[in-house]
Amino acid sequence: MAAPTAEPAAAVVRGVSKSFRLPSERIHTLKERVLHPLRRTDFQRFDALRDVSFEVRRGEFFGIVGRNGSGKSTLLKCLAGIYQLDEGEIYIDGRVSTFIELGVGFNPDLAARDNVIINGVMLGLTPREAAERYDQVMEFAELRDFEDLKLKNYSSGMQVRLAFSVMVQVDADVLLIDEVLAVGDVAFQQKCFDVFNRLRDEGRTILFVTHDMAAVRRFCHRALLIERGEVIALGQPDQVAARYIDVSFDAATPEDAVAGERSGDRTAELIEAWWCDESGERVDTLRQGRTCSFHARVRFNEDIEQPAIAVVFENEQHQPLLATSTEWVEQSTGSFRAGDEADFSVHLDMHFAPGRIYASPWIAARGTRILDRRPQMTTALVTGTHVSGGLVDLPHDVRFGARGEVHQGAAWA
Amino acid sequence: MSTSEVLPLGRPIKGPSALGSDPRRLLHLSVTLAVLEFKLRFFGSVLGYLWQLMRPLLLFGVLYAVFTQFVKLGAGIDFYPAILLTGIVLFTFFSDATSGSVTAVLDRENLVRKIEFPRLVVPLAVILIAYFNLILNLLAVLVFVLLTGVDVRVEWLALPLLLLPLGMFAAGLAMLLSALYVRFRDVQPIWEVFLQVAFYGSPILYVLDQLPSEQLQHLVIWFNPLATILVQSRHSLIDENAPNSWDAAGGFEYLLIPGAIVVGLFVLGFWVFNREAPRIAEEL
Repeated sequence: MAAPTAEPAAAVVRGVSKSFRLPSERIHTLKERVLHPLRRTDFQRFDALRDVSFEVRRGEFFGIVGRNGSGKSTLLKCLAGIYQLDEGEIYIDGRVSTFIELGVGFNPDLAARDNVIINGVMLGLTPREAAERYDQVMEFAELRDFEDLKLKNYSSGMQVRLAFSVMVQVDADVLLIDEVLAVGDVAFQQKCFDVFNRLRDEGRTILFVTHDMAAVRRFCHRALLIERGEVIALGQPDQVAARYIDVSFDAATPEDAVAGERSGDRTAELIEAWWCDESGERVDTLRQGRTCSFHARVRFNEDIEQPAIAVVFENEQHQPLLATSTEWVEQSTGSFRAGDEADFSVHLDMHFAPGRIYASPWIAARGTRILDRRPQMTTALVTGTHVSGGLVDLPHDVRFGARGEVHQGAAWA
Repeated sequence: MSTSEVLPLGRPIKGPSALGSDPRRLLHLSVTLAVLEFKLRFFGSVLGYLWQLMRPLLLFGVLYAVFTQFVKLGAGIDFYPAILLTGIVLFTFFSDATSGSVTAVLDRENLVRKIEFPRLVVPLAVILIAYFNLILNLLAVLVFVLLTGVDVRVEWLALPLLLLPLGMFAAGLAMLLSALYVRFRDVQPIWEVFLQVAFYGSPILYVLDQLPSEQLQHLVIWFNPLATILVQSRHSLIDENAPNSWDAAGGFEYLLIPGAIVVGLFVLGFWVFNREAPRIAEEL
């Protein structure tokens, strides 16, 4: 669908940054303050948004997507004026309504009319305007028959319908919507989509935060992908959605990695895996150029002869860096009885390129039967002191000079 | 970025503040929230408003019984019951408005975190609710006062002049307390203790002339704006023979002290609240 590019800007975001101070030890009471007057509260700075800039044209349906914790909701709250900006500027042309949650201000002990009025007033109507729209709201929500009931006697679906109807009747020029579509039954969701289409056709500007790539593709003229507080893609919904999928898998955090798909019949189990530095200490960070080792512990649940254990080391892009196996080095592994445990280790000089690496070990019976395979069972960060390209960083030196007098350049450390 | 570029861009979004950009919105929201909250209490239970009225009346009943039957504190004071009840009702307003404000921001957390609105709405709504209550309670007081033989006088029209500084005093503290509570959670117990001190430190159970020395009477009226208001209300509403506040203070100029306390706290309260308002949603 064509974006209305010729239209004036409805929302302009320029260089917006927002960070939160997360106190590591929070002083909550005056008593603590008095008892420990000298103790400084340590704050960790968390940069939720970093230098975010974009513009939304009037009449545009604009998607803001990102993974959990990427900063997309913070961005919406900044647009809504709920958070104060640390840096940058935001301008919005026209009346704004924010729907971070449907039915803000709803009180379960009040009847529909009062709730419609309070919600409408919260969203920016005057009490009179809210009262005037009450009939339309009830009409749209199809709740005429229930208007005398207290809200607590409404089903959750009815409450959502009421809240959504108020939202539609508020008549804002710019709507900021945070994943409210995830609620309600299928029929109601369809109605929401219809309303969104109608609002879009009427030329309202909608900024829509979501996880739902299908909705982005279906509704949005353009979308913005935000990751760790930074804009990493802005443009056609299809492209942004594709990029979103990439990011979701690429930036797998250690927790994600450890939780990879495990397979095998578990007659033997990989129970633990870890990294050690040259002195044998368990570590998460490996210094490039130093000796280190990878370890895995195996428990056998059945008697077994000559099991094979292997491991693949991969980088963040899942490119294999090194694979090795007890079979390949033709090592006899011996026989084990049920309940035995054994240690597997690989000792190497760390020459992988700096970055995060993953170890995926597996254990198999001689032949091909997989007993236990644990992709990305453990991870470590390789740190280097110089810049390099490629997957690995093998010992080398670089030479260059005029013909006849070759100088030795910077040697590999 | 130059300001000349700003013009065609629409309204700058600056984040939340105490007052917001539109004073009407501040007013509409405060009134709407207060009215609905009041409605909830009024119609919330079968007897509704009766319970709201029962609270000061019961306190009055107990105190009246104790201080006229066992401790003869009220003996020899004209219209003691009327003075006691008026004092209790006015103090109830002060107590409701301030202690309700302490936790107000947290009570309205779902609004504060999810929508932009002038943050001052939160304590303001509490003050308004306390005012609604006060007005209803004063109607009951009126009936009672007439029954106990107090004459209807022109001076009663001065009542709003008394409620104004009382409200200002409560509002200053309300803004201060609600902003501080977001950072320091023990503001709540501290304020409860403070209210107790204020109750006994104000001429509610007793009248000012019963204090042992004139010096003490002066100190109370100078440094406790509640006492000033209560003394004046006794004079204007109940007993014209009772001293008015400036005589009790030792001269009209001394009333500047409680006046300055009320104005000073109001300014301080607003300053603190205004300073905290932009980040209240993050600090919760």
